[in-house]
Amino acid sequence: MNMEVNLERRNALKAGGGLGLMALFGAVGLLSSKAALAEWNKTAFSAKTMDEALAAMGVSTAESNAIFIQLTVPEIAENGSIVPVSVTSTFPNVEQISIFVDKNPSVLAAQFNIPAGTESMVTTRVKMGQTANVVALVKADGKFYRTAKEVKVTAGGCGG
Amino acid sequence: MTTSNLMKVMLALALATSFAAVAAEKEVSDSDRIAQYRDMISDGNPADFDEMAGEELWKTAAGPSNATLEKCDLGKGPGVVKGVYAILPKYFKDTDKVQDLESRLVTCMVTLQGFSEEELVKKPFSTEQKKSDITLLTTYVVGQSKGVKMNVSTKHPKEKEAYDLGKVIFNYRAGPYDFACSTCHATNSVRIRMQDLPNLNVKSNAQSAYTSWPAYRVSQGLTRSFQWRLNDCFRQQRFPEPKFISETTIDLTMFLAVSANGAQYAGPGLKR
Amino acid sequence: MGNPMKIRAGLKDGVTEVKILMQHEMETGLRKDGEGKLIPAWFITEVLAQYKGKTVLDAQFGQSISKNPYLLFRFKGGAVGEKVTVSWVDNKGDKRTDEAAIA
Repeated sequence: MNMEVNLERRNALKAGGGLGLMALFGAVGLLSSKAALAEWNKTAFSAKTMDEALAAMGVSTAESNAIFIQLTVPEIAENGSIVPVSVTSTFPNVEQISIFVDKNPSVLAAQFNIPAGTESMVTTRVKMGQTANVVALVKADGKFYRTAKEVKVTAGGCGG
Repeated sequence: MTTSNLMKVMLALALATSFAAVAAEKEVSDSDRIAQYRDMISDGNPADFDEMAGEELWKTAAGPSNATLEKCDLGKGPGVVKGVYAILPKYFKDTDKVQDLESRLVTCMVTLQGFSEEELVKKPFSTEQKKSDITLLTTYVVGQSKGVKMNVSTKHPKEKEAYDLGKVIFNYRAGPYDFACSTCHATNSVRIRMQDLPNLNVKSNAQSAYTSWPAYRVSQGLTRSFQWRLNDCFRQQRFPEPKFISETTIDLTMFLAVSANGAQYAGPGLKR
Repeated sequence: MGNPMKIRAGLKDGVTEVKILMQHEMETGLRKDGEGKLIPAWFITEVLAQYKGKTVLDAQFGQSISKNPYLLFRFKGGAVGEKVTVSWVDNKGDKRTDEAAIA
């Protein structure tokens, strides 16, 4: 309850108006309301290295764990333009899953906020410029855990 | 079970499976790994969007005659789209020719919509700047044959002739490299870079190759038609580029389509 | 306004699986065009999926997500015939919302 109020207040403040504006948000597109959405993390998404990206995400330590995080990637990607990545975590209370490609010009590919009721699993596709590690970072009960797997890329996905 | 016990069991399981994985690893070839990759990307094909765009084109009046293609006869009667790709190429009485899907679409765009054939065949393939209407229409039509068994006929003498000529073309060696389609596609275990080349004289290979085209080419970010695919084969053989929907390309298509008979059509595909 | 998405949502054993394919170039900003000029970065930054007004997935994307982004996730509950709504916004402020009924 408290949290909802806080979010509404935050949104209202962001919009530069009073709480009365909230009535307007319901009528427009979902994203423009920014309901419960975190701000797009520009610093993290522009980060050139894993360390920079993790710092921008406020991650001081991320314990390696390949048992409670299942990272599924192909061993070889025929084309780096499409590399399927699936992350499943069996940690309780997973709040967030992030995917990185450690040798891409911008290492952070995606960050997923997992609300209660949504399974801690996500599948997407990333571009890879060269053979590199795909890193999965999971936030569970406020703590960060990571695991990585190498994907060999036979044709890079950034040149076209 | 306590949490720490559960952890121990999971750790043991994980170790056991990782040992099994190491043992099995030796058996896994690069071809298997590529097959695994292809399987992992098979869902979510961007060609779906071209199917949608092609359907829109099919139903939208266009051309000097301001007509739709909804009366176009692709081989199963005017307006029938369902399952037609599985019976093409075929002989058409009105044109007195064996036609593949792309050439038949051109016929309809000329006769129904009033476009000039000369203009249509000038730029028949999609580019990054502009998708080809013919390819979009093709993508829509082939999608309507998904799951339909390939059943291309050679009963009509002209169909038989096209098939026979197609077979000759498949084996015809020429060009600066003295290559034929069969140089790469009639032998087992031949590769270009990482990719195994299918031996199209083996029925199952011929079926899986033909039924997965047209396809979205990841490396180009575009859906490619069968005519384009043949062009690319000729290019790699260092042959002169064949004319779009020329008899040569249709005859070769006929040979390859008949070789795929009996298999379920599975396109549009998704390829590296 | 962006091009339509393809959304499939299916209910199985009390869990709804959602598969989304978005139409977007997802330009990295590092690619060059035919004349050697850099093509500006243009990519989806945020995706929001909702069911009955409740957020079921909230994603942020960077330049490394593939052209025509694909997403698969699952949430508990959902009812056949009810709709899942998905919206995205890109770095140029373009946006798109589509929905699909759970099958």
